[in-house]
Amino acid sequence: MTNEESGGEFKPKIIAFLCNWCSYGADLAGVSRMAYPPNIRIIRIPCTGRMSPKFILEAFRRGADGVWVSGCHPGDCHYIAGNYHARRIFTLLNNFYNYLGLEPGRLHFSWISSAEGEKFARVATEVIEAVKAVGPSDRFAKDRIEVA
Amino acid sequence: MESRTGKIREIARRLLTEEKVDVVLGYKAGTVPLRNIPFFARTPEEVESLIWDSNGRINLANFLPRREDRIAVAAKGCDVRNIVNHIIENQIKREQVYIIGVPCEGMIDPELVYEREGRLIEEAAEADGKLTVRGNGFETVLDRNELLRQNCRICQHRNPPVYDELVGEPVPEEGDVSPLEDLEELLAKADSERYEYFHDLVKTCIRCYACRDACPLCYCHVCFVDEHMPQWLGKSIDPRDVITYHFLRAFHCAGRCTDCGACESACPLNIKVRQFTRLLEKDIRELYGYEAGLSLDKLPPLTVYLPDDREEFIK
Repeated sequence: MTNEESGGEFKPKIIAFLCNWCSYGADLAGVSRMAYPPNIRIIRIPCTGRMSPKFILEAFRRGADGVWVSGCHPGDCHYIAGNYHARRIFTLLNNFYNYLGLEPGRLHFSWISSAEGEKFARVATEVIEAVKAVGPSDRFAKDRIEVA
Repeated sequence: MESRTGKIREIARRLLTEEKVDVVLGYKAGTVPLRNIPFFARTPEEVESLIWDSNGRINLANFLPRREDRIAVAAKGCDVRNIVNHIIENQIKREQVYIIGVPCEGMIDPELVYEREGRLIEEAAEADGKLTVRGNGFETVLDRNELLRQNCRICQHRNPPVYDELVGEPVPEEGDVSPLEDLEELLAKADSERYEYFHDLVKTCIRCYACRDACPLCYCHVCFVDEHMPQWLGKSIDPRDVITYHFLRAFHCAGRCTDCGACESACPLNIKVRQFTRLLEKDIRELYGYEAGLSLDKLPPLTVYLPDDREEFIK
């Protein structure tokens, strides 16, 4: 569907959950006039420790082609240990999603501090390229009923 | 098996007479052969209904959360592990529950019996490792060890890890079956094949939530499937909703699942729902060295962390 609408080129929809204290601020990439492709929809979260697997499932179910979760480097959490706990959950979630047949390349995690605008732009590009390579999501996206 | 029934009744009678507990939880024969139901014995007379055989597939730990009274439970290995879970998660106090540990030789899968017989079974009896089933004009003797549930065949913890009293002698732990053979096989496949596999697996799911209700780990006041605003999954049997349900149900059990098989035994459509939880159980064991419910002192793996937990998939 996305392909026809955009005249052949696949423009993925990627939901990025960014930690308020680091990756969200690393979006300074924009202020510093670093360019990254416009396929990312950002949702601000207070900490990666706030991430529930439900958020990621919901994003895929509603038709996101990719999901990217980014937070502070281990040891730098604003709430001391939020990202340590998140790391264990993400490890299990990542394995489990692959086990159930999610294509590798749809789900991404990263640690980006607020000083790493350059890394933010680089990872954003990487994520978009990876999702483009996999193509439009159909395995976990629920079809919408077409209303004429 | 009969001796265990006698011993359990004896202990239950003593506990109730001495008023050590208010109620003893065990199994009693169901209305259909090969299916036992949970039974709460509150008086020494009621104790006579308690039985123990190879049909106790329901996990009795499921009946413990939000109890005020003192309760004794005749619990097999996996039931005890789930009781330990409940104690760790503050669902019941240790001093509130008296654990009558029963070393378990595995429970049978009635579907395997139906498959072999293919006719209506009206009566079933068990003695010395043999299962005798009777129906209209036939009587067959089956070997119970060939009829075990898959999770019982690969079980590594048949003896209760924690108990106040043990019924009989501990049974030898099976170590010869690789519990992960078929799982490794599945993991070696391509992601599209695994997707098809799980898609097929839950194709017949009618979303009755029996697997959730049978699971001792599911005790939330409001389950995510009943939540709306936000509504995490649709109420339809759209395949994506069904897979989302099974995904989240399994994920809630991460680090807590004891592979007791209650979910699978409860499924009216015989869906192998354990296939979902098994990977998580393996990951928890291999990554964080934890097996649920073995000790009262160890903290669950998702409540703790190590600075050097693996993270090679994180950019």
